[in-house]
Amino acid sequence: MTALISIQGGAKRFVKGRETITIFDHLDMTIEQGDFIAIMGPSGSGKTTLLNLLGGIDRATAGSISFAGQRLDQMNEGQLSAWRAANVGFIFQFYNLMPALNAARNVELPLLLTSLGAGERKRRVETALKIVGLAERAKHFPREMSGGQQQRVAIARAIVADPRMLLCDEPTGDLDRKTADEILSMLQLLNKEMGKTIIMVTHDPEAARYASRVLHLDKGRFVEQVAA
Amino acid sequence: MRVLNQIIAVTTINLKSLPQRFWLSLSTVVAVTMVVMVLLSFLAMVAGFQRTIDGSGSDNIAILMRDGSQQELNSVVMLDQVRLVGEAPGLVRKPDGNAVMSAELYVIVDGIKRSTGLKSNLPMRGIGLDGAALRDGLAITRGRMFEPGSNEIVVGENLTREFKGFDLGSEIKLGTATWKVVGIFSMKGAVFESEIWGDVTVVQSMFRRGNSFQTIRVRLENDGAIEALRTYVENEPRLKLAVQSEKAFFAGQSSGTIRLVKGAGWPLAIAMAIGALAGALNTMYSSVATRSREIATLRCLGFGGFPSFMATLLESLVLSAIGGGLGALLTFLIFDGFSTSALGDGFTQIVFSFSLTPALVKQGITLAMLVGLIGGFFPALRAARLPIVAAYAQG
Ligand SMILES: Nc1ncnc2c1ncn2[C@@H]1O[C@H](COP(=O)(O)OP(=O)(O)OP(=O)(O)O)[C@@H](O)[C@H]1O
Ligand SMILES: [Mg+2]
Repeated sequence: MTALISIQGGAKRFVKGRETITIFDHLDMTIEQGDFIAIMGPSGSGKTTLLNLLGGIDRATAGSISFAGQRLDQMNEGQLSAWRAANVGFIFQFYNLMPALNAARNVELPLLLTSLGAGERKRRVETALKIVGLAERAKHFPREMSGGQQQRVAIARAIVADPRMLLCDEPTGDLDRKTADEILSMLQLLNKEMGKTIIMVTHDPEAARYASRVLHLDKGRFVEQVAA
Repeated sequence: MRVLNQIIAVTTINLKSLPQRFWLSLSTVVAVTMVVMVLLSFLAMVAGFQRTIDGSGSDNIAILMRDGSQQELNSVVMLDQVRLVGEAPGLVRKPDGNAVMSAELYVIVDGIKRSTGLKSNLPMRGIGLDGAALRDGLAITRGRMFEPGSNEIVVGENLTREFKGFDLGSEIKLGTATWKVVGIFSMKGAVFESEIWGDVTVVQSMFRRGNSFQTIRVRLENDGAIEALRTYVENEPRLKLAVQSEKAFFAGQSSGTIRLVKGAGWPLAIAMAIGALAGALNTMYSSVATRSREIATLRCLGFGGFPSFMATLLESLVLSAIGGGLGALLTFLIFDGFSTSALGDGFTQIVFSFSLTPALVKQGITLAMLVGLIGGFFPALRAARLPIVAAYAQG
C-alpha cells in the first residue's frame, strides 16, 4: 500500500491572549491509500482539529502535510480550495445540507466546481443518489427527510465528484443505533467497493468497529489499536 | 462559467432562505421604500412646480414694472406711463395703430380652500381689453369672457378646483364688491390658472386704486424687439420701468420656492438614506451570521469566497431594489398628478401637479441601489472571509 496522506512533525497551538494552548506537538501519522481509519479520543483531545488539518480547512502551526506527494502546508487558499474540491469529501455530524435546496441540488454542489455540463452533472447526481439508495428522493428537501436520509444525501454529496478521501466528523453522532449502522455499512461499502480512503472521527466504539484501523488520540499522542 | 455557476448556486441558496429572515429583511425593504418615497415626492413636487413655471411665460411678451420692484405687488405704474409705453418701438400693433397692450392691476383677495376650509390669499387681476390676447394658450373652457365694464370675472381651472365659491355662475364677494363668475379658463397649467380676472377699470374702482396700475404687458414683434423696447424705456426719463420677458419674469418669481423645496428634499432623503443604510448593514450582517454554517460548508466543498461575497451583495441589492421599486410605485400611486398649491414668492398660491418623471424614478432607484451596495458590501466581505471551521458549528 502507498501513503495517501501523512503528517510529519505536526503541531497545532491556539493563542488566546497571553495563553498558548497546545493541542498536539510533533505528531506523525501516515494513512495508506484505501484505509478506513477511526479516530477516537476524549472530548477536546483535538480530533476535529486534526481532521481540519487533513482536510486543508485549517493550517498547522508547524510540520508538513503531504497528500499524494503534494504539500498542503505550502498551498495558498485558492490552491487548497481547488485541492479540496478535487480530492476530499466532507461528511458532518449535522449533515450540513442547504435547507433551501432539494437533495439533487445539494448533491450537485461539488460538481459546480468542475467543468462538467448540466447534463453530465445531472447524470452523476442520479448515480450518487442511487448509490446511497435515495434515487426517488431527488426532489425532496432536507426538512422532508429523516436524519439518516439527510446523512445519506450528505454522503452522496461527498462522493459525487469522486474524491479519493472522505473525512467524517462523528457522522453517526446524531443518529440512532440502527440508522447509524446503515450509514456505517455504507461507508464501509464505499471503502471496500470504491476504494475511498476514509478518516472518521467517532466517540462510538461500535462505529469504530467498521474501520480497519483505530487511532486513539490522547494528550497529543496516538495510541494505535488494530480493529478486532 | 464555473464561477458564474457557483454565484448562481450560492445566490439561489441565499435568496431561497430569505423567508427565514423575513422580518429583518422586510425592515430593510421598508426603510429603503421610505427613503425613496421622501426623495421622489420632493423631486416630483419640484418637477411639477418647475413644469408649471416653465409652461408659464412667453419670450414674445414683455412685462414692465416699476424699476426695482421684485413683485407685481410692489410696483406702481401710472396712466401717463402706460401711454408712453404704447408709443415704444418693436410692439405689435392693431389695425388702428394702437399697440397690443394691457395695463394690469393685481390685488390680493381671500379665498377658502376646499380641502382644509382655511382662508388663503388669492391673486385677483384686472386686465385690459387686450389682456386675453396677451396670454398664449388661453382657452375659455366653460362659460365666456367677462364683459368690459361689468362686475363679471373669469377664473382659472386650478383655482375653481382648489377653492370654494368659484363655480361657474356663482356670485362671490371679493373685497367690498360682489362678482359673478361667468367663465372658467385653462392655460396649460400655467400660473394664471390660479388667478381671478376681471376688467381692470372695474377692479381699479372697486379696490379704490384710482388710475394706478402695477404692470404693463405688451406683445413684441419678434424676439429681438425686447432690446429695442428696453433701450426706448431707458432713454425716456419719465419711464422708470424695468423690462422683462414674461418667461424671465416667471422664472424669477419661482426660483426661490424651487430652491427651497429642492434644498429640503435631498438633505432629508440623504439623512434617511443613512438611517436605512444602518438598517441594511444590520440586516446583512445578521444574514451572514445566520448563514455562516452554510457558507463555511460551501467553502469545505471547495467553493471560493467570491461566490459568497457576490451572493451577499446580491441579496442586499435585491432587498433595496424591491424597496426602491416599491417606493417609486407608491410615490407614483399617491402623488403623480396629485394637485396641490404652493406659496409662490409673491405670497400667492400657485397650483401645480406633482410630476414623477422616469428620470426622477431613476434617481430614486439609484439612491436605493447605493444603500444596497454599501449595506451589502461590508457584510459580503465578512462572508467571504468567514473561517471555514465554522462548518462544524451545531445548528
Ligand atoms: N479556534 C480555536 N481557538 C482556540 N481553541 C480552540 C479552537 N478550536 C479548538 N480549540 C480547542 O482545541 C481543543 C481541541 O478541540 P477539538 O474540537 O479538536 O476537540 P475534539 O477532540 O474534536 O473534541 P470533541 O470530541 O468534543 O468534538 C479544545 O480544547 C478546543 O477548545
Ligand atoms: Mg470534535
